[in-house]
Amino acid sequence: MSQTMNNELKSPLHHDALHESGFLHAKGEARYVDDLPLPPHTLWAYPVQSTQAHARIKQIDTSAALALEGVVAILTAQNIPGVNDASAFAHDEPLLASNKVEYIGHPVACVYATSLELCRKAARLVQVDYAELSESPILSIREAIERNAFHGTPHIMQRGDAEQVLASADLKLSGVFDSGAQDHFYLETHAALSIPLERGRYQIYSSTQHPSEVQAKVAEVLGIKRSNIVIEAPRMGGGFGGKETQGNHFAMLAALGSYATGRAVKLWLNRDQDMMITGKRHPFYSSYEAGFNQKGELLALKVDVIANGGWAEDLSSAILDRCLFHLDNPYFIPTLHFRGRVAKTNLPSNTAFRGFGGPQGALIIEEVMNRGAEHLAMDPAELKRRNFYGEAPRNVTPYGQVVLADRSARIYDELIKSSDYQKRRAEIDTWNQQHPWIKRGLAYQAVKFGISFTASHLNQAGALVMIYADGSVQLNHGGTEMGQGLHSKMLSICAHELGVTLDHIRMMNTATDKVPNTSATAASSGSDLNGQAVAIACRKLKARLKPVAAAAFGFADPEAEVDHLHFEGGVVSHPQREEKLSFEDLCQAAYMSQVSLSATGFYRTPNIHYDRSAGRGKPFHYFSYGAAVLEVELNGLTGEHRVTQVDILHDVGRSLVPSIDRGQVEGGFIQGLGWLTREELKFSDTGVLLTHSPDTYKIPALGEAPKHFKVSLLSDADQPDVIHGSKAVGEPPFLLALGVLGALRHAVASYHPEKRVEALAIPCTPEAVLASVAVAQGRLSPEQALKRAQG
Amino acid sequence: MKQVNDPYIYINEQKFSLAQIRPNTTLLRFLRDELGLMGTKEGCAEGDCGACTVVAYEPKSVAYQEATYRALNSCLLLTPSLHGRHIYTVEGLVERERGGFHSGLGRESQAPAHPVQSALVEKLGSQCGYCTPGVIMSMTEACYRKDLKEAWQIDDQLCGNLCRCTGYRPIQEASESIAGLRPQGPLLERLENEESAEQQAERLAEFSQEVQDQQFFRPTTLSSLWSMWAQSPQAELVAGGTDLGLRITKRFETIKALISIDQIQELRSTKMLDEQWWSIGAAVPLSDVEALAKDKLPALERMLRFFGARQIKNRGTLGGNLCTASPIGDMPPVLLALGARLRLASAQGERTVSVDEFFIDYRKTALKKHEILKAVELPLNSSSAQNITHQRAYKVSKRQELDISSISACFSITLSEDQSQIIQARLAYGGMAATPKRATQAEQVLIGQAWSLESIQQAMQALKEDFSPISDHRASAWYRAEVAQNLLHGFWLEVSHGAPERLPYRPSSTLNLADL
Ligand SMILES: Cc1cc2nc3c(=O)[nH]c(=O)nc-3n(C[C@H](O)[C@H](O)[C@H](O)COP(=O)(O)OP(=O)(O)OC[C@H]3O[C@@H](n4cnc5c(N)ncnc54)[C@H](O)[C@@H]3O)c2cc1C
Ligand code: FES
Ligand code: FES
Repeated sequence: MSQTMNNELKSPLHHDALHESGFLHAKGEARYVDDLPLPPHTLWAYPVQSTQAHARIKQIDTSAALALEGVVAILTAQNIPGVNDASAFAHDEPLLASNKVEYIGHPVACVYATSLELCRKAARLVQVDYAELSESPILSIREAIERNAFHGTPHIMQRGDAEQVLASADLKLSGVFDSGAQDHFYLETHAALSIPLERGRYQIYSSTQHPSEVQAKVAEVLGIKRSNIVIEAPRMGGGFGGKETQGNHFAMLAALGSYATGRAVKLWLNRDQDMMITGKRHPFYSSYEAGFNQKGELLALKVDVIANGGWAEDLSSAILDRCLFHLDNPYFIPTLHFRGRVAKTNLPSNTAFRGFGGPQGALIIEEVMNRGAEHLAMDPAELKRRNFYGEAPRNVTPYGQVVLADRSARIYDELIKSSDYQKRRAEIDTWNQQHPWIKRGLAYQAVKFGISFTASHLNQAGALVMIYADGSVQLNHGGTEMGQGLHSKMLSICAHELGVTLDHIRMMNTATDKVPNTSATAASSGSDLNGQAVAIACRKLKARLKPVAAAAFGFADPEAEVDHLHFEGGVVSHPQREEKLSFEDLCQAAYMSQVSLSATGFYRTPNIHYDRSAGRGKPFHYFSYGAAVLEVELNGLTGEHRVTQVDILHDVGRSLVPSIDRGQVEGGFIQGLGWLTREELKFSDTGVLLTHSPDTYKIPALGEAPKHFKVSLLSDADQPDVIHGSKAVGEPPFLLALGVLGALRHAVASYHPEKRVEALAIPCTPEAVLASVAVAQGRLSPEQALKRAQG
Repeated sequence: MKQVNDPYIYINEQKFSLAQIRPNTTLLRFLRDELGLMGTKEGCAEGDCGACTVVAYEPKSVAYQEATYRALNSCLLLTPSLHGRHIYTVEGLVERERGGFHSGLGRESQAPAHPVQSALVEKLGSQCGYCTPGVIMSMTEACYRKDLKEAWQIDDQLCGNLCRCTGYRPIQEASESIAGLRPQGPLLERLENEESAEQQAERLAEFSQEVQDQQFFRPTTLSSLWSMWAQSPQAELVAGGTDLGLRITKRFETIKALISIDQIQELRSTKMLDEQWWSIGAAVPLSDVEALAKDKLPALERMLRFFGARQIKNRGTLGGNLCTASPIGDMPPVLLALGARLRLASAQGERTVSVDEFFIDYRKTALKKHEILKAVELPLNSSSAQNITHQRAYKVSKRQELDISSISACFSITLSEDQSQIIQARLAYGGMAATPKRATQAEQVLIGQAWSLESIQQAMQALKEDFSPISDHRASAWYRAEVAQNLLHGFWLEVSHGAPERLPYRPSSTLNLADL
């Protein structure tokens, strides 16, 4: 596979391709915000962070810091000309704390100076006096519940009378469950560069997944109209949701500095600042009651979930919603009662992270299923299969959406067979009987994930395609590139639709002066939405070019010939003509014929709606499916463990670019594994983040990729009504990693007389696993083992 | 020794004077802020992510008979300590831009990529691309290495490069495909043309420098060290700087006076002192120690397998690991269990102390003012005709690769000829107390006892008297206490069942119990 080969393809769509920036990355030529050449006299910006989790600001004394030569300005809430709010919509998130601070790390002031070194020095000299507030900081979900501290409103879904069904179920299980936080750990930390222009305009480079929101927030904080602001988002060095709303703050602080000083301002966070200031994946605390019959069919489920939202609401309510939407995973739940709330705590404001609450929701039902299987002494894979959605009436989700084209059973049959699940499970059971120290475990993990923004209006996208008279094309769309390969896919669609080779097309940086009012590149929807918009724009252009081509071929009635023209590989042909027309000549001819060569495309997803107060609707355009079979090995003396074998079968519809999709599946899976097994965010008992750099916060490293790691994409899986039959891929594979819990349980259970696991805290660090083993051996109580994981 | 007035370095084959560069400036900041070479990234400034990786030409060393490239974390390298060295960055691999000084803006490079670059791109080993330059440079070391023979070595080479996007499979496959490839080109030419005596003298030239408020001294002999130290008595020593560097890059301290000892030739040799004692110079990089230990001292090699990452081992030294005296340093438990001697030197002369006397208190050693650690001396071939010695080292951490120990240990047990009686026992732990420490109570329980599970279980109980570990963000006191005991149990299982001394590829645990 090589670049040139792809350029020669008739259509690059549905073929493997390199990442469109691969060679730039590998040669060190790819430019990120921190790499851009700076205008003369650019200042550095540096936030001064709160050292208190919940306190009143009595006074901020900046005089000593301002006295340093080279410190140009220090801004506080008082200096904000517009609205002091960085939130996406909740209006509860002062950019600079004004009278009280609500978490440790909260920016209280921002220093602007001629060098970063000077900024740091000045920041240390800014004197902030705090006064204690009567209420002590809230540092856990449990405390928030006790003190009734919540964001937003509860979300409830229900069907039938769960209480009643539970009362008569053959097997009744109940429990509480804590999932952990996760730092995004994008390799590129947050960065912004603001360049003030004449007439109060701004050009701002921002590492953001949501340029339009950054534009809106900068306009608000400066008190000016959005038309004065252009946000340009070059590629990001990773986003994963962490740059969906949280890039706002840093672009706003940079712009404020430009406003105050008239100079360009650059803000770049070092790793520790980034980890201390910005939000993470929401930990959830949940309690559940579940009832099964003897056959292992889930009859009723009651779940209460509470997300740790942190100090501000941010996207927490939508994340809570998606958690509830994924409490079913691929399973039909006949009777149910789900209730969710978002706790307000004095911690960083938790935010979007790949899966957006979905993984946290699915975790709960997986816990229920795993425990159910242990108690009924059934193979968990078989028990789960029995609970898959089925024919009506077993095809309705808890929120009333009908599940169409369910691929769970098909994937199950193919993967159980290809991974040799049954034989391996039996072999492992034998192995575990014979080996006291090393235990193994195997699990089947199915995933169903709903695709669409659940705030329905966000499901819209735009594109702007411009063709120049020399036949070269600029492609603009509203999505941002953070490594996920969106640009690679958009290029393929554009080349396919226009019938040109990839080297005709230049992908432009995402910018708000090209496509306005865009949604965040999030919810896995980037290629679904923007792909349609790009295709629509290209089709408009092609429709305009066709008569020109027909005329160039000398047809008397060009309009009559448009359907017979063929565009492919940069060449236009007609069956009745020997000679061919190059795309370049065609575009020149179009220009000479005064035909417009630029077009916008706009798309909105049809027929989706949701009524949150009723807990009913059709929030998703469709569902993505996948499954994994995972094997682990653990050491019962140290709790250390390793995932040794993984087989994945994932549904991406008819893949737009299979090599890109495979990368998303693998990367998402390993990221999920990190969340569940290694990554641990620990706060001190005053609310200081203790693990704020990779020294103490451990994401997976190379050797943790399983030795056997096989990813297959489901074949013959065209998805109707989605761009070229494809499906979204960004988030769903993250959930495949949930299977590590099932596999670990299988291994740990071998220490228990009845083959059960009574406590397995998340993340499953070696310590958590050793504690779980100790519980199984009766040396530790489940409460003791779980205590350490409570949020 | 040759002297120079001002230090200089070569970046992608161009020479740059460091006369105006403050000595606390890291190579990463020099590349980005002074030279505008934006390919090399900062992801953490603490050696833990690898985004800043570059390679340095390294003439033959104690373990490598030929010149090599070594991947290093530019975020932790103090620029003047690289005087006379050849450094390559990601931009320097593209041949047309030999010299690597086109910014890449305004003209996408059309020149053929280096095979390392093509290999990674073709496997889709980059997604967001931010880790990529560092990955490429670690792969570059692999590409020119001749000793990549075992599967684990690729993990070891690349585990210092975190990637949040790809899930690593493509990076691993690309790395395997270029390991030891050594393609024709300027980088190979440099390796194949042996450094001339003149070039060597230049590279080892001594200098002292003062830029603005910062002094930097670089002696390359011990005698110069003593005179420079006398000249600036407050100066602090820096060897690899993988520990000290963090004060500059993370705590933003300015260290006013530094003496770089990493090129002092007397500290960079290894030799057999007699039949039994092996001496390792304090400034020998850990990757060399690891390569040599493979045959000489398997327990030492086993501990180094999961020590930092390749970049850290290429730069960090044995001396630095001991002298920083961290309670969670991984070398001290090994040296304590093996019964090492330390050779200390000062302008007044030299002395030898037992490693048992070296660690005095939390981060405090027996070194006197203006005294250095010169060499570590280790006994080899501890088994004899009358008895047999078993030595094994263990490291448990949250993540196996590139992580600091939650708890580490090394055990050395000498048994009678028929393996029934314990004659000698040295059990040393890291992470269990304020200093690396031997479990003397447990040792006493074992000595003279039968080599049996019962004796081991008694020793496990005695560990409770030896240590009262603390809880921190790495592990709880419960876990440390539990695992301290279990490692001893595991050691007994390993030895009594004859489990292999070396770890397998991608072990699931530090204990080799797979077949038991
Ligand atoms: C990312 C990362 C991972 C790491 N992983 C590990 C790990 O897994 N295990 C572990 O144990 N450590 C680890 N370390 C710590 C460190 O790398 C080691 O301790 C290393 O051996 C230090 O050696 P150095 O030459 O770089 O020391 P330096 O930083 O140069 O020096 C450390 C201290 O020792 C003094 N010193 C150095 N040499 C001498 C001498 N010869 N005589 C007297 N004083 C001297 C210096 O003055 C300084 O105070 C890690 C560090 C980083 C940054
Ligand atoms: S910047 Fe992370 S290792 Fe250097
Ligand atoms: S490609 Fe994004 S971190 Fe590696």
